[in-house]
Amino acid sequence: MTLDLSLLPDGGVRWLDAAGAHSDVVLSTRVRLARNVDGYAFTGRARDGERLRVLVQLREALQVLPGLNDSFLVRIDELGPGDRALLFERHLVSKELAGLEPQHPLRTGAAVYLSDGLSVMINEEDHVRLQSLQSGFELRAAFAALDRVDRELGGRVPFSYHAEFGYLTACPTNVGTGMRASVLIHLPGLVLTKEIGRVLAGLQQMGLTYRGLYGEGSEVVGNFFQISNQTTLGRSEEDLLDQLIRVVGHVIEREEEARRVLLRDAGYIIEDKLWRAYGTLKYARSLTFDEAMNYLSGVRLAVGLKLIRGLSVYTLNKLLIFSQAAHLSAAEGRSLTESETNLARARYVRRALEEEAGSVG
Amino acid sequence: MLCDNCHQRDAVVNLTTIENNAVRQLHLCEQCAAERGVETSVATPKHPLGEFLQAVQQQSVPASADAGKCPFCGLTMKDFRATGRMGCARCYITFEPSMRELLRRVHGSPRHTGRPYRPPKDEVLERASVLGELRERLRRAIEQEQFEVAAELRDRIRVLE
Repeated sequence: MTLDLSLLPDGGVRWLDAAGAHSDVVLSTRVRLARNVDGYAFTGRARDGERLRVLVQLREALQVLPGLNDSFLVRIDELGPGDRALLFERHLVSKELAGLEPQHPLRTGAAVYLSDGLSVMINEEDHVRLQSLQSGFELRAAFAALDRVDRELGGRVPFSYHAEFGYLTACPTNVGTGMRASVLIHLPGLVLTKEIGRVLAGLQQMGLTYRGLYGEGSEVVGNFFQISNQTTLGRSEEDLLDQLIRVVGHVIEREEEARRVLLRDAGYIIEDKLWRAYGTLKYARSLTFDEAMNYLSGVRLAVGLKLIRGLSVYTLNKLLIFSQAAHLSAAEGRSLTESETNLARARYVRRALEEEAGSVG
Repeated sequence: MLCDNCHQRDAVVNLTTIENNAVRQLHLCEQCAAERGVETSVATPKHPLGEFLQAVQQQSVPASADAGKCPFCGLTMKDFRATGRMGCARCYITFEPSMRELLRRVHGSPRHTGRPYRPPKDEVLERASVLGELRERLRRAIEQEQFEVAAELRDRIRVLE
């Protein structure tokens, strides 16, 4: 099976178009619902045949679901490692489903149903992981899109549900609503002013948690944080969303305040640092992923502070995705060594910035 | 690179400070950074699972409730404590008292107050299974170039859809 993401509008990265609210600080919003098909063992304990039957049953139901445009199923278990890494880097599937975690080898029956802005992972930790990705800070819109598909799908396929506990999931941390709502937020101001530790500690007191760019277990790079609800049971979906909206709104205010303080107290130092980041990205001949992320973080801050003009947030967002190793390999049409990847990354970033260079100042 | 402070351990933290409009770069090892109060734990997000697994170990429900195995998938509470994952929906009923206690510890409440679930009606499920079978027969008919049979099956599928 070959992977053709061009079938999706904008290759499945429309959530990076910076069209949503507060998109200079919040890159994207993601909401996911975990569900299991009744009558089968959960994915981790199911046999190959059971997972394949789950896949067939879900595919049949998804194909006739109204309102899922331009959608198609990708059998992850039939893809090579390069294509699987590509899907993961594009945030369309989890690392576990892509079979890229040493403790979770690729599973028979692993698949993803892709549609514009919405994807359904099949045979992840749970049989069904419905997820909606939106640009900017748009939690209610992301949930609304998902809620409709969840009802439609649940009306055709029986989900495991307990009258008291709610939706049943493999991991008890997801039981109840099965909902994890998260925002991918860029907080360089709070990191530079060293306020971040306090803000993150505050999140945990409010029942929220944070992770790195790639979700569970990933490190924080480039000052990007994923903030999400920690509990899924005992509160309604709306309550959980309202809480997250309130707290993230507050974090955005703190970030904006930190940026004002930086400009006021150390204006020229910040300006120099950020232009140096831009200069490095524009002229470097070799860039590691972490370097690229950190300099891109600086340039993003400079654009937010209007110190650098004429560079679009969309371009910066796309650089985050397309400068990753599997994307660079795909663009070159062959697998690259680590040093070749670093050279290709610098070349890619340089070209992308050159295309907009005429208007940058 | 060695730590600028102790000159003994490897520097792992690059600290940039701005004091009186002067930028100062320091390369510190983890220990010296911690002594200066630099928060290095930002790079390692806290895992909700850590606390959760701890909760799993501290069950107060009598051990007898956890004996036996799930009649559907064969999971035991020992398996669950090792992996942190339930085996199937039936496990939640088999170990209900323990799970209620665990869910209360993890979430603060064991009671779902979100969207109630309305399962598919029996005729929907039946139609889905009939449709699934007809589609499978259609696929075989096409493979075997039995086009008359295929056309008939296609009509039946269309009516059901």
